Amino acid sequence: MNNKFKDTDMQAVIGWILRAGVLISMSVVFIGGALYLYRHGQSHVDYSTFKGVPDFVHSAGGIINGIFTGRGRAIIQAGIILLIATPIIRVVFSAIGFVLEKDYLYLGITILVLFIIMASMLSGHAG
Amino acid sequence: MSVLVLTLIILVGSYFAGLLGSLTGLGGGVVIIPLLTLLLKVDIHYAIGASLVSVIATSSGSAAAYVKEGITNIRLGMFLEIATTAGAMVGALIAVYIPTHYIAVLFGVILILSAIMSLKKKAEIINQEHSALAEKLKLNSTFPTNNGSVAYKVKNVVGGFFMMMFAGTISGLLGIGSGALKVLAMDTIMRIPFKVSTTTSNFMIGVTAAASAVVYLQRGYIDPGLSMPVAIGVLLGALSGSKILVHTSSSGWLRWVFAVVVTFLASQMIYNGFTGKI
Repeated sequence: MNNKFKDTDMQAVIGWILRAGVLISMSVVFIGGALYLYRHGQSHVDYSTFKGVPDFVHSAGGIINGIFTGRGRAIIQAGIILLIATPIIRVVFSAIGFVLEKDYLYLGITILVLFIIMASMLSGHAG
Repeated sequence: MSVLVLTLIILVGSYFAGLLGSLTGLGGGVVIIPLLTLLLKVDIHYAIGASLVSVIATSSGSAAAYVKEGITNIRLGMFLEIATTAGAMVGALIAVYIPTHYIAVLFGVILILSAIMSLKKKAEIINQEHSALAEKLKLNSTFPTNNGSVAYKVKNVVGGFFMMMFAGTISGLLGIGSGALKVLAMDTIMRIPFKVSTTTSNFMIGVTAAASAVVYLQRGYIDPGLSMPVAIGVLLGALSGSKILVHTSSSGWLRWVFAVVVTFLASQMIYNGFTGKI
C-alpha cells in the first residue's frame, strides 16, 4: 500500500472545502440578516438609483468595527466576503494538491489563475 | 417600501428563481436580475452584484457534490479557469463604462440564447479523436456511468479556450454564471460528454464569479441588504430543486415552461433597455 496523494483525495478535500465554505458564510449572512431586520425592519430603503454602499460596509476597517458594534449589514458583508473567498480558497488547495501529486504543469496553471484573481482585485481598487 | 417587506418579497422571489434555475440548469441569476430591475425597480448595478453573490453560493454548493462523485474533470476545469477568470476580470472592468441600457439589452439577448440552448436535445457522444494538445495538458479522462467508467478524449482545445474567455466576460459583465455558454464551449467545440461538461462548467462558475465579484465588491455594487435575501433565497431554492431532480426523471415540460418565462423576461429587458427605462 502506498500513501501517494491521488486525484480522488484531492476531490474529497475540494468537496469538503466548498461545502464548509458555503455553510459557514451563509450562516454568517443569516445571522447578520436577522440582526439587520430586527434593527431596521421598519426603515425605508430605495435602491432605484446607484449610490454605492454605505461607508461602514465598504472598507475592511468599517466592517470589522461594524461587527463588534453589532451592525447587521457589516456582518452580512463579512459573510459575503467569506463566500467570495470560498472558491478562491479551493484554488489554493488545488495548488497544494498538485504539489503533492508532483504535477508541476498544473501547479503553474493554478498559480496563473490565482494571479489573475489577484490582478482583478487590484484593478478593482484602482477604478 | 420598508426593509422587512422588500426582504420578504426578494426572499420568496429568489427561492423560486433558484428552484427553477436548478431544475432547468440555467441558474438562478437569469430570473433574479429581471425580478429586481423590472418588478422592484432596483438599479441594475445592485442587481448584478446580488446575483453574482447567489451564483457563487449555488455553484459552490452543488460543485461540492459533483466533485465527490468523480464526474468533474478537475484538470480541464483548472485549465479553462485561466480563460474564464481573465474574461470575468475584463467583463467587470468594462461594465462601469457601458451604459446600463446596453447591459439590459445584452442581458436579454444572452437570456434568449440560454433558453434555446436548454431546450436542445442532448445526445451523449464519446469522442475518441486524438489531439496532441489535449494529451499534453492531460485533459483526457474517464467518468463513472452505470456500466463502469468510460474514457473520453478532448478535442479543439484552443477553440474551447477562446469560447470560455467570452463566457467569462459575459459572466463578469452581467453577473450571471453563463453556464449555457460554458456548456456550449465544452459540448459542441471540445466534444466533451454532456455529464462531464455540465458538472465541470458548474465547478468553474464559482471561481469565475469570484474573479469579478472582487471588482464589484470594491465598486460598491454588492449591497448587503439586497444580497442577503437573494443569496439565501436562491441557495434554498436550488437545494429544493436538486432534491426534486432526484425523485423525478422527466422535467421536459418544466424546461418548456421555463423557456417561455425566460423569453418573456428577456423581451421585457430588451424593450426596457431600448426605451431607456433601465
